[in-house]
Amino acid sequence: MDWINAIVQGTLLGGLYALFAAGLSLIFGVMRLVNIAHGDLIVLAAYVCLTVAVMLGLHPLVALGLVMPIMAALGYVLQRVILNRTMGGDILPPLLVTFGLSVILQNSLLMAYSADPQKLQAGALETMSIEIGPLAVGTLPLIVFATAVLVIAALQWMFYHTALGRAFRATSDRQDIAQLMGLNRSHVFGLAMALALAVTAIAGVFLGIKTSFDPSIGGSRLIFGFEAVIIGGLGNLWGTLAGGVILGISQTIGAKFHPGFQILAGHLVFLAIIAVRPRGLFPRVD
Amino acid sequence: MPDVLLSVDGLDAGYDDFQALFGVSMEVHPGEVIAVIGANGAGKTTLMRSVSGLIKNTGPQIRWKGQDIGALRADQIAHLGVALVPEGRLLFQSLSVEENLIIGGRTGRKGPWNLRRIYELFPILEERRNVSSTSLSGGQQQMVAIGRALMSNPELMMMDEISLGLAPVIIKSIYAALPGIVGEGLSAVVVEQDIAKALQVSSRVYCLQEGRVSLQGASQGISRDEISRAYFGV
Repeated sequence: MDWINAIVQGTLLGGLYALFAAGLSLIFGVMRLVNIAHGDLIVLAAYVCLTVAVMLGLHPLVALGLVMPIMAALGYVLQRVILNRTMGGDILPPLLVTFGLSVILQNSLLMAYSADPQKLQAGALETMSIEIGPLAVGTLPLIVFATAVLVIAALQWMFYHTALGRAFRATSDRQDIAQLMGLNRSHVFGLAMALALAVTAIAGVFLGIKTSFDPSIGGSRLIFGFEAVIIGGLGNLWGTLAGGVILGISQTIGAKFHPGFQILAGHLVFLAIIAVRPRGLFPRVD
Repeated sequence: MPDVLLSVDGLDAGYDDFQALFGVSMEVHPGEVIAVIGANGAGKTTLMRSVSGLIKNTGPQIRWKGQDIGALRADQIAHLGVALVPEGRLLFQSLSVEENLIIGGRTGRKGPWNLRRIYELFPILEERRNVSSTSLSGGQQQMVAIGRALMSNPELMMMDEISLGLAPVIIKSIYAALPGIVGEGLSAVVVEQDIAKALQVSSRVYCLQEGRVSLQGASQGISRDEISRAYFGV
């Protein structure tokens, strides 16, 4: 029963990792941009939520309704003002610029909020659980997982059934020819980053409710996100969810052997998977 | 209607440090079909990419109805009514046939062309509307590329090497559709390696050689010898 419990908890944890990863996957899929600052943007979203929740006296999940548009607007501006200038044939300049952005974000958060750990107060939701057979499953992890499935389903639907999704796919396929269709590449990229950071807002708020956070924790969130994306296969959103779940289960099972083994177990499974399948489990067929 | 739809005047253009065009001038009038011929590397594709905005130009060498469009982005030029069928077709591989056509109409320009008209022109595309564009034959892909450009209801359609790599019978059927296309009052620039085909469909011809216009004139009045000289520089 302990093992089943570990698998269930790991699966639910995987939902959070999938939320970390979805924005990363989206950005890479549309514009081949590897965003090193993604983890710090997740942390930034948690701080924005903290500020909004405290200032307006809102529950963090209600405040999320404001954090999402704030992060989306930030994403659009960030892309149009800074990142678009670095986009081109070479993958290195955007990589370096987002690395610099990561450093700037961490230090700005440190100046604004200090290094003290913070937490988003979600009240009773944090400790509520639901009995499913012999298992007690946390309500919050269930909500997180359900949200991850919904977010990925919504992104998938957007990609394949809307004009915006068509524009994303066309731009991803052939940037120059997409412009001949009247698509302004800078604007399309801005929209992709806006959408990615709206998802990041969800990830950041759930992170901040689940655990305490400080300005320095973005890096490890970035790693979890990357691992989920790579395990699942680049450019495949459902694969990203599967990757998050595999990572989550690896960690909770690792923790069953020894508590200190949790994070390492996730990394080892990740390494094993890319050793056997370098393109991930479900790479997009091109 | 302006007298001149597109005018290119003394255009220098190229990629990075490589200059491919030297003082090229060309005019397209409303309703006219122009052929651009020349050997590989003569600069035909560079000319098409410059006009469509994929290559940045600075000076006022490219004018659309008298307006300088050299500094505009490709998406802005597309909205003005200039469409390019690029060399090698370059369809969007993750879009279905129909989605490729729909995205071609994204500019929202009004005109005679819509999905139904494209499917009447190329009935095979309607049959294969939901498959990935990569699973089509070369000729069918070319039909999608032409349909995608038409969907924007352009005033000027530039077709770059639309017969390249296709079987003669397919080339024939694609060119058979051309009168129905330009019959709508559309102007066209046809870039071709097949000189006979180019002269047959056009009223005027420009020949490029090493980035310069080596010959221009009415398609019917030009002799084979003149073309050989302009083509190869011998």
